[in-house]
Amino acid sequence: AATSLSPGRVAAPPPMAAAATGTGGQTLGRSSFSRAASSKTASSSSSPTASGVKLGPNGAAFVSSGIPDLDRILDGGFLLGSVVMVMEDSDAPHHLLLLRAFMAQGVVHKQPLLFAAPMKEPRSFLGALPAPVASSKEDARQRAMGGGAAGDGRASDEGLRIAWQYRKYFGDERNSNAEHRDNKQEFSHDFDLRKPLERHLLNAQHIECLSTQDVDTLHDLQNRSSAFLSKHQRKEGGNLSAGRIAIQSLCAPQCGYFGKDWDMVSFLRSLKAMVRSSNAVAIITFPYTVLSDSFCKRWQHLADTLLSIKAIPDEDKDLAKLLTGYQDMVGFLHVHKVAQTNSQVPTQVPVILEASTFSLKLRKRR
Amino acid sequence: PPPQLEAEMEEYGAGDLLSEAMCAGARVVVVEDCVEAPAAFVLHLLLKRALAAGGGGGGGAALLALAQPFSHYDRVLRKMGCNLSMHRKSERLHFFDLQGFPGGTQGGAIADSLAQLYSAVQRVVETCRAGENAGRFTVMIDDVSLLEVAANGSADDVLDFLHYCVTLTSEMNCSLVVLIHEDIYSSEDGVGLLAHLRYIADLVIKAAPLSTGLATDVHGQLSVVNKGMLIEQRPAKGQKVWSFHFKVKENGADFFYPGSRH
Repeated sequence: AATSLSPGRVAAPPPMAAAATGTGGQTLGRSSFSRAASSKTASSSSSPTASGVKLGPNGAAFVSSGIPDLDRILDGGFLLGSVVMVMEDSDAPHHLLLLRAFMAQGVVHKQPLLFAAPMKEPRSFLGALPAPVASSKEDARQRAMGGGAAGDGRASDEGLRIAWQYRKYFGDERNSNAEHRDNKQEFSHDFDLRKPLERHLLNAQHIECLSTQDVDTLHDLQNRSSAFLSKHQRKEGGNLSAGRIAIQSLCAPQCGYFGKDWDMVSFLRSLKAMVRSSNAVAIITFPYTVLSDSFCKRWQHLADTLLSIKAIPDEDKDLAKLLTGYQDMVGFLHVHKVAQTNSQVPTQVPVILEASTFSLKLRKRR
Repeated sequence: PPPQLEAEMEEYGAGDLLSEAMCAGARVVVVEDCVEAPAAFVLHLLLKRALAAGGGGGGGAALLALAQPFSHYDRVLRKMGCNLSMHRKSERLHFFDLQGFPGGTQGGAIADSLAQLYSAVQRVVETCRAGENAGRFTVMIDDVSLLEVAANGSADDVLDFLHYCVTLTSEMNCSLVVLIHEDIYSSEDGVGLLAHLRYIADLVIKAAPLSTGLATDVHGQLSVVNKGMLIEQRPAKGQKVWSFHFKVKENGADFFYPGSRH
């Protein structure tokens, strides 16, 4: 039997709240650091367009990162026209979790995708894209009631959750979100990392793949990006269709152009300019430790949104004492910069977050 | 404050700590920042002041923009009460969209492209000076680190270009304001772009994060160093180094001494 809770109020959870509340696909309430201006982005108030694009004030448009928690942390999602950069941890491939969610979200929303990676066959990576968590009436009822274990014996599935260290309270947002969950065209989905995205979705999509391994210049990637972005030019009052560019490990040693520091940063600069005038978002992960400090800083300055991932060592007794829910954590996500959301292009006011370090947890849900 | 200083404060807008610290007459202003404390907001403020019609002849400005498209600056400055579109139309503001610079022929030497850019800037400055407009002209570069990327790493070419711009300041009564990302160069050996800029600067404005970390009311600290003794102006209150906190807002920025924020 599921636990019944009155709508809008939830029993105080332990600090790692993700573990306490959940049935699949549930959002955990509004952020405790919502800024004065943030009422605009409450997903209950703006219904997403069919193409998976959410509009914000001043002409800002967002697409989901594929991780609802991350969308909330970034106060909306990934801003169209911006470049997201993710500093990888060389000890762990967690950046791939972000990429998979990002790409899968785009496929689900039928948004064209350009994917580049230092692999012989980047297209094979598409097989690793996760399927959205299946939404059922039973789930919806459970969510509206606020929690408890699913009694239907569904096989457990895994999803990526991002939780804060010091979550303070939940809010009413959860209920209105529950209603929207049944809407097929919702803005963001939870993804089940154990289930691959259905093949037919991948075949029907406009997905371009490009290998950066063994190519000794970035010209091809630049040309392909340019061609891709020219199909997503921003138009005044035009129909908002979004594109996604995902580049994995841009400066990895396997890349043929590895070591050509100025070429790489030059490519980034030109990509940023192209993305800026488009309805697309580009996410670029990079193993920053192979770059010199100086170039690493150049890359960081070029990012509109800058994230970094740090693996959490297993069996670290000190950390286990310090962090609740340590066993479930796979890594830390640190937010260094956020593309500004108050206008179509970033403004000068920096976003100061109450908490800028978050934990990544793979959650098993029943 | 004495009437002369008051008038200068008026001219530069607000009577805030930043204008106090920036003695009038600085020809070469270098603004430094880092990832944790970006200082584009300082450029925006200085641009607004450069275009403000103070007293008789209004100011003029040329913005060499590598970092953002025009629409960005327009949006930002609009919230600060400055209409860039209008200034651009009336040719008070000359906007150089350098997002794609040098563009075109990859094979062409960067030195040539920079020389062409300099000529264009020089023409603009000369035209403005020739008009009835006797006010201060400001050449602003956002930012030098990107100019270096555009030059494919050739710091020498960038320095040559900057030196030419500096000659403009002495010959044409204009000032040069450049933004550079200090953290890119701090790990380098030898005398790089940053060291050169600091050397030729009259004024260095540096933004840094607070050592105590993030805060909602304070976004960082600004240090202002007046390097040279400036022609015709009395030394700015005899004070060479200023240090204070700042908070960036949509319509500008607040500057205040630590602990004095109400």
